[in-house]
Amino acid sequence: MKFLALVDCDNFYASCERVFRPDLKKVPIVVLSNNDGCVIARSKEAKAMGIKMGVPWFKVKKAYLAQGGKVFSSNFALYGDLSKRVMNILDGMVKKMEIYSIDEAFLDLQHIQNKNQAYEFGIYCRNTIRQWVGIPVRIGIAPTKTLTKVASHVAKHTNGGMGVCCLSNQKDIAHILKTLPIREIWGIGNNLSRQLNQMGVYSAYELMQTDIRLIRKKFSVVLERTVRELRGESCIQIEDHADPKKQIVVSRSFRGKIENLSVLKPLISNFAVRAGEKLRHEKQKCSQVSVFISTSRFNKQLQHRGFGSFQFPYPVDDTRSILMGSKKILAKIFKAGYPYSKAGILLSHFSHPTLIQQCLFQSKDQQSLKQNTNLMEAIDMLNSNQTQIYYAAQHPAGLSPIQKSMVSPKYTTNWWELPTTK
Amino acid sequence: MTVNYLGLISANDLPASFTKFFVEPVSVGFPSPANDYLESPIDLNKYLIKNGAATFLVRVSGDSMLNANIADQAILIVDRSLKPKHGSIVVASLDGDFVCKRLQLKPRLCLLPENTKYEPIYIQHGQDLDIMGTVTAAINKFE
Repeated sequence: MKFLALVDCDNFYASCERVFRPDLKKVPIVVLSNNDGCVIARSKEAKAMGIKMGVPWFKVKKAYLAQGGKVFSSNFALYGDLSKRVMNILDGMVKKMEIYSIDEAFLDLQHIQNKNQAYEFGIYCRNTIRQWVGIPVRIGIAPTKTLTKVASHVAKHTNGGMGVCCLSNQKDIAHILKTLPIREIWGIGNNLSRQLNQMGVYSAYELMQTDIRLIRKKFSVVLERTVRELRGESCIQIEDHADPKKQIVVSRSFRGKIENLSVLKPLISNFAVRAGEKLRHEKQKCSQVSVFISTSRFNKQLQHRGFGSFQFPYPVDDTRSILMGSKKILAKIFKAGYPYSKAGILLSHFSHPTLIQQCLFQSKDQQSLKQNTNLMEAIDMLNSNQTQIYYAAQHPAGLSPIQKSMVSPKYTTNWWELPTTK
Repeated sequence: MTVNYLGLISANDLPASFTKFFVEPVSVGFPSPANDYLESPIDLNKYLIKNGAATFLVRVSGDSMLNANIADQAILIVDRSLKPKHGSIVVASLDGDFVCKRLQLKPRLCLLPENTKYEPIYIQHGQDLDIMGTVTAAINKFE
């Protein structure tokens, strides 16, 4: 029998904040999104206090702090480093693995023969990561990726367990799937689950029993694979090479509201400049730039969301072209009189810089299109430590720094912020 | 005192006059006899860190470990994967604070300072002690 495992860090960001703060061992912890907007991670204790995922911080702040909870701005330098350590340890344990996100990885347990061994491996893996890095993880083991997600779900919700769940025989699997709503299955979102509910399919077990041909006809091959995986037939392979990025997003929420195009324009330019740097760092070129702007979702009276895209006639990575495109879209989507609170820029339709199809006809846009690799290289080099070269369209303050008033030290990546003994 | 010569840290610091010695470009000549013996430069990370994923750096504040050659502001290399033994120097969290002390397991659990100015810390019932990891080296910087 074949075994796969999903290793999932418990409340990862909140757990990271605890590694160098032993005084917070039992204290509720929440971590906020960029600009301290929403709660994006909660420790077990904070969940028990009823703090919901994604809730705006200002709504729960007073009650939460009054009850002794501790709050952090997000510290991605720390989370990234601890994540890398966890992934390195896992990489040393198996021949093949797939890093699925900052706090999840799939493992191929080729060396495991039976359920007992699988369970032992799970416990060994969990203890090692706990001891070496200080991060608690849970491990779901099963014959398919979709079922490892189910197993991980069980490991999370079974109290007093060892944080390891192994699903291998059909009877156990069927038993668990009967109690699992389809919304909890990997890859099934709200829409799909509503459509399935309308067909009378509510539990994962009912989905598993549904006729494959019907699923393919009414839905998609993707859902068919999910059903097959629930039946124990492995369809989704472990991808041990990372896909190159498919898009780059730079976005920010603003502190105040912006109603004026002349104020918004230089900020969008800052996003474009940063996105261009990221694009070249990834060694990609893009054929499309999109801009989005939106008002606060809490302001019910004046709501507007604008989104638009600009296609380049051939792939570019020159910031001046990205600026040109974003300027054109912004002029189209901006509506005067609305208090915008968030905006961003998205680069997409990537192609590898060495495989560029040249354009046969010169369009009008193309004359204003600029592509100079050497110039961009030089500017990136000059700006690598500290921004020295600005584009005329930029806001002079550069990309407004993300508001992070409660960020913890970079314990593992900065000499001056190391943990200290007393 | 004996001093052992360990090797060059880097060979890139030759004075400029060396590089300008040949005015004309030199055609391919006799290959460097050192080519077959090229070794990578000495790497302090390799010397100090055995298990990177489990190793953390901690800064010392205070002189309670001076007799173990750990000065104030030294950087400790802490390996969380090594099981702390009786007599190991450890970084532990005691009631929520990190401390660096020598671990005594017998006859009684105790954290020993290495400086007569300080008293041993006997762990009382109800005190919260976690060993974060074993200190494998300390870096004292002089300049």
